[in-house]
Amino acid sequence: MIAEAGHFALALALFVALAQGVLGLYGAQRGDKAIMGAASGAGVALMLLTCLALASLTYSYVISDFSLVNVATNSHSAKPMLYKISGVWGNHEGSLMLWVTILAVFGAAVVLSGRNLPPHLKARVIGVQGLVALSFLAFILFTSNPFERLARPPLDGNGLNPLLQDPGLAFHPPFLYLGYVGFSIAFSFAIAALIEGRVDAAWARWVRPWTLAAWVFLTLGIGLGSWWAYYELGWGGWWYWDPVENASFMPWLAGTALLHSAIVVEKRDALKSWTILLAILTFSLSLLGTFLVRSGVITSVHSFASDPGRGLFILAMLTAVAGGSLMLYAIRAPSLKAGGLFAPVSREGGLMFNNLIMSTAAGSVLLGTLYPLFVDALGGGKVSVGPPFFNSVFIPLMIPMIAAMAVGPMLTWKRGDLVGVLLRLKFVLAASLVFAGLVWISTGGRIGDLAAIGGMALAAWLFFGSLWELGERALLFKAPWAEASKRLRQIPLAAWGMTVAHAGVALVIVGIVGSSTWMEEHIQNMKIGETVRLRDADVKLDSAQEVPGPNYNALQGNFVFSRDGKEFLRLSPERRQYRMPPRPTTETAIQSTFLGDYYTVISDPAPGGGYVTRFYWQPMIPWLWTGILVMTLGGLISLFDRRHRVGVPQGKRRP
Amino acid sequence: MKRLMLALMALAICSPALAVDPGEMLKDPALEARARDVGAELRCVVCQNQSIDDSDADLAKDLRQIVRERITAGDSNDQVKQYLVDRYGDYVLLRPPFNAKTVLLWLGPLGFAIAAFFIGRAYYRRQKQEAVALSPLSAQESAEIDRLMKDRN
Repeated sequence: MIAEAGHFALALALFVALAQGVLGLYGAQRGDKAIMGAASGAGVALMLLTCLALASLTYSYVISDFSLVNVATNSHSAKPMLYKISGVWGNHEGSLMLWVTILAVFGAAVVLSGRNLPPHLKARVIGVQGLVALSFLAFILFTSNPFERLARPPLDGNGLNPLLQDPGLAFHPPFLYLGYVGFSIAFSFAIAALIEGRVDAAWARWVRPWTLAAWVFLTLGIGLGSWWAYYELGWGGWWYWDPVENASFMPWLAGTALLHSAIVVEKRDALKSWTILLAILTFSLSLLGTFLVRSGVITSVHSFASDPGRGLFILAMLTAVAGGSLMLYAIRAPSLKAGGLFAPVSREGGLMFNNLIMSTAAGSVLLGTLYPLFVDALGGGKVSVGPPFFNSVFIPLMIPMIAAMAVGPMLTWKRGDLVGVLLRLKFVLAASLVFAGLVWISTGGRIGDLAAIGGMALAAWLFFGSLWELGERALLFKAPWAEASKRLRQIPLAAWGMTVAHAGVALVIVGIVGSSTWMEEHIQNMKIGETVRLRDADVKLDSAQEVPGPNYNALQGNFVFSRDGKEFLRLSPERRQYRMPPRPTTETAIQSTFLGDYYTVISDPAPGGGYVTRFYWQPMIPWLWTGILVMTLGGLISLFDRRHRVGVPQGKRRP
Repeated sequence: MKRLMLALMALAICSPALAVDPGEMLKDPALEARARDVGAELRCVVCQNQSIDDSDADLAKDLRQIVRERITAGDSNDQVKQYLVDRYGDYVLLRPPFNAKTVLLWLGPLGFAIAAFFIGRAYYRRQKQEAVALSPLSAQESAEIDRLMKDRN
């Protein structure tokens, strides 16, 4: 009954979304306040209906209603409650439900918070949101219905892949979707602006916070997924350039570009049509990402073809969104007037440089991700495009990008003085070289590490350069402290946010370079009481025992770490055997320190009475996770900038 | 459908995990390190995007053993890879070789970078032209301005 109510709400939502789309666009065209108001009402109704549908599906999971196909295939009565709930979005149908619900919530947020938006623009944004929701709802109802019933319900469900039964991964998809869907707002604003033929600073002030919020969520979502891979898969790999990962990384790259070019629109009234294009591309990549992961097309083109209904719908939708909006763009973009002029070496030029590199990177990742599919579809057989390809393409692109990241913010608007800025950064350069040199000496000074040392120098350049820029702004070391601290307080939050986020990128680079260069690994058979040396510690297998869990049995190993005979750490990793579905997982035990993680894994009992154990020293990896958090913190700080909260002066608006 | 089932079955046995086992590791750490370098570049051909070192599929285990046998027999890293390419095709290589089938893949990113350069250059050029088109006032316009300024005084 509850499921039917959800199904009904979903069907109703389809028509409400249709009404929202049509009324919003038509009302704005006619300039009719009543019709535009009705579209707003539909936006709120859509939110309520989709929330109701999602709630009823969640309820079916919570009570383990196995008469629903979706619940029976993806849940199990013995699963802990957290994973019953996260099981809702752990599958194709449920994840689309979550997607469309977030979309409706964001749409309603525009309705409710957009009182000071020009009414035409607002109605058009809401209308476009309605149309996006419409296509998703149609896709769910006609090809991926989560409320389908079974004539003969099974006694228990198939369960969720135990690898996914993990807190990190429970919240990974919602954050990704908050990111993807957040970009839909930027997209709707872009389409509305194209229809109106007008982009101005007020427009950019609306688009920026939404884009920023979406970027923050997506960054966190990707970070969570990566962190999960690190501690769950059992050897500390955290990025595999897997199509599933690339699917979320492409919108992130394009979204990062969008974030930066929207600044130029707001501050300098330039790069307008480019920003619109980026908004369209970012959302198209978000859609592609959603479908790539969920449709099975990555596994094989054949699985895509084996379900032609879904496949065709997805293709049609991507074509409509990407193709349709690009067509609109081609027609309308030339009418957008170019604004402020700037030289290649200038703040705007720096932001444009970021845009071009990020777009090149996104394009290259897209090419590498889809290439095997195209070759296969064209009958060329199978091609593997793996991490070595992506690394060899991505790293050369990022080096100039990061080098420029320290310089760009110090250039003046319109026309900058590159030589002057580089001279101002001479202490930063010196500090980076000293830092890299210290790292090189302390890691043994091997010639083979020089590339990694270069990476460290680059990270330090970015880190110190970002701080230096802030220091110069505040006249730190130049003016007396009272003056400087006053200036520091006056620096807008958006500028603080940039400094913090860029410093976060530097920390991420330190983590990436450190962990991929100086990792230490020990794989062996160990008997109880035996000791293995890991970096600066003696690791003893103290004991091992069976431990029962709610839906698994675990083998737990207890490792004692000591230095110079003194114990300083105990870690107890587990090897779990889940009952439904019957699959093993590793639960690693990790201790983070300032310079790296001690990482332990226990595997199956080995022949001869011991256990297979794996120990890792993962250097600098905590810096990677910290860096991702610092980046999101930077985004949040910037989000709280006064400009985004206080309305745009009325005089700047269209009457 | 049968094909799909087969694909899913193949995936089901590919739990991602570091699968290298002490039993199969080589005694000489230098040779073992080489085996790991080679292993990271080889695909477990029944899995989705997993190298043979991080898949616990049976096939991955067989491939890891073959890699170690070839290395012990004195093959260079490239020879080991070639040995597997001869048997499984280019598909086994995670770094696709440069050939007719992958020419667009390898040149694509370079093409994007070149395109980005030209897009940027075109932007600045057009901007300059527009600026030039705007800037100089004709003699008549200057005279007009002078007249207006005089009127204001």
